[in-house]
Amino acid sequence: MTTPEVAIVGIGMHPFGRTPDVSGQDQGVYAVRQALKDAGVEWKDIQFAFGGSQAAGHADTMVSKLGLTGLQFINVANGCATGGSALFSAANTIASGAFDLGIAIGYDKHERGAFRIKTKEQGLGDWYGKQGLALTTQFFGMKINRYMEKYDISHNTLAKISAKAFRNAEHNPNAWRRQPISEEQILESDMLSYPLTKFMFCSPAEGGVALILARADQAHKYTDTPIYLNAAVVRSRRWGSFEVMAPWIALEDAAGPTVDTSTAAFEMAGIGPDDIDVAQLQDTEAGAEIMHMAENGFCEHGEQERMIQQGETEIGGRIPVNTDGGCLANGEPVGASGLRQVYENVLQLRGGAGRRQVPDNPSVAYTHVYGAPGISGVTILSR
Amino acid sequence: MGEQVPIEDGLFTWPSEDPRLIGSECLDCNAIIFPAQSGCPRCAGDNTQPKELGTKGTLWTWTIQGYPPKSPPFEGDIVDFEPFGVGYVEIHNEVKVETRLTTANVEELKIGMEMELSFVPLFKDEEGKEVVTFAFAPCKS
Repeated sequence: MTTPEVAIVGIGMHPFGRTPDVSGQDQGVYAVRQALKDAGVEWKDIQFAFGGSQAAGHADTMVSKLGLTGLQFINVANGCATGGSALFSAANTIASGAFDLGIAIGYDKHERGAFRIKTKEQGLGDWYGKQGLALTTQFFGMKINRYMEKYDISHNTLAKISAKAFRNAEHNPNAWRRQPISEEQILESDMLSYPLTKFMFCSPAEGGVALILARADQAHKYTDTPIYLNAAVVRSRRWGSFEVMAPWIALEDAAGPTVDTSTAAFEMAGIGPDDIDVAQLQDTEAGAEIMHMAENGFCEHGEQERMIQQGETEIGGRIPVNTDGGCLANGEPVGASGLRQVYENVLQLRGGAGRRQVPDNPSVAYTHVYGAPGISGVTILSR
Repeated sequence: MGEQVPIEDGLFTWPSEDPRLIGSECLDCNAIIFPAQSGCPRCAGDNTQPKELGTKGTLWTWTIQGYPPKSPPFEGDIVDFEPFGVGYVEIHNEVKVETRLTTANVEELKIGMEMELSFVPLFKDEEGKEVVTFAFAPCKS
C-alpha cells in the first residue's frame, strides 16, 4: 500500500432522517462541533474548509455560527458527489502542503418525495421535464431492468438488499429507518419504477457530516486512532456510458464513471478489491448496490445473485456492504451522503461501530458515491 | 380536436408528412446525438449539423413511471395520473434515444423488441392548445 499523506483525525455527524425543528445548516454546524470535539481541537485551529449542500444554503455562511476566524472556506456543489468532492479537495489541500489541518463538511435538508429536478440546471431543455423524463428514479429502474435480464438477477435479490439495509440500520443510532422490513413487504410495496418498489428506493432526507483532516505525520497530535486516506478520486462520464438524466446514449457501450473512479483509486492506494474489509457503496436503490458491487471490482457481473443469496455482503460476510444501512436506511441528504459513508468507515476501522461492528478488526475500507449527471467518487481508508 | 403544438421547437419535424426527431451528426467523427447541439461530446469538436433520425429501432431498456412526477417541471395530469412507460430505443445505426412509450403494460414490453416513432398529445397549455411530443410504440407487424 502507498504511504498516505493525509489522515482523518475527527468525525462528527447529525443524525439523518427528518429533524423538523433544525435547519439543514444547523445540522451541519452540529456535525462540525462533534468533529472538533472528537479531534480535541477548536474551530479557531481549523485552517481551511470545503463544504457543500444542495438545498440548505451556502456552506460558507456557517462561519457566522461557528466563529469568524478568517479561515479559507470554499463551497462545493457537485450533486451526489458533493461530499466526496469536498473531501477530495480538502485532502489535496493538505497533500499540497498549503495547510496542515482542515475540515470537509456536508449537510442538506430536502423536501419530501423524489428530487425535484430543475432541467436547466442539468443542462437540459424544458421539454425533458414537462413530459415526465426528469426523474432519477426512472434511470435506476431502467439500468437495473436491463442488468437483471442480462445477468439473471432475481427480484428476491433486490428485496434482500433492502432488507439488509434496514436490518443493519437497526443498530445505527444515526440512521433514519431503523425498523427491519421483511422481503415480502419490500416486494409488495408500491411499484414506483419497475422493477423497483417503494422500499427499494432511498428517499431525499436531512443530515450533516463533518470530517477533520490533518497531515498524516501530525495525526497522532490529535488522536490515538488516526485513519489514513489512501485514495480519494472523483471522475465524470465518458462517451458511451449510460447515466442518469441522459436524453440519449451513444451506440457504443463504455464503462461508467464508477469503473474509472474505482480503478484509479485502487491504483492510487496500491491495493486491489481483495484487500478491502468493508465497503459502503452508493445504494440509491437496491439495484444500484448490486451493480456497483461489480463496477467497483468486488465481483464479476452476474456473481451478485449467488453472493447476496448466500449473505456474503452481510456484516460478518466475506465483504460487508453498507454496514450503516446505506442510503436506503439513512436517506440521501445530497451534500452529506458521501461523507456519511466515510464516517461509517472511520468508525469501523476504529472498532467503534457497536453492534454493527464488522468482526476481526477490519483494516482497509472503501466508499463509493454515484450521481447526476454521471459522476462518481471513491475513497480508500486504512488504519 | 383543438389546435396542437409541439412541446418544443427544434426537437422534431412534426407536424409534417414524415415526422422525425432532429438530432445532430458530427462531420468529423460521425457521432450522432439527440437533441441537436453544436459541440460533439465524442471528439470534442464543434463541427456538427442537424440530422433527421430514423423512425425505427429496438427497445434497449424500459421502466414504468408509476407515481406522479413533481410539478413543476412535469406538466401532465398529476391528479388523475396514469402511469406511463419510459425507455431507450436504439435507433438502428444512429443513437439510443430516451423516450416515452405508448404502453405502460409490463406484459407488452420486452428488451430487444422492435419499436417505431409516433407522436402523442400530452397536456393542454395555458392557451388551451394540445401539446404534442414524441413517443415510441411497439411495431404492429
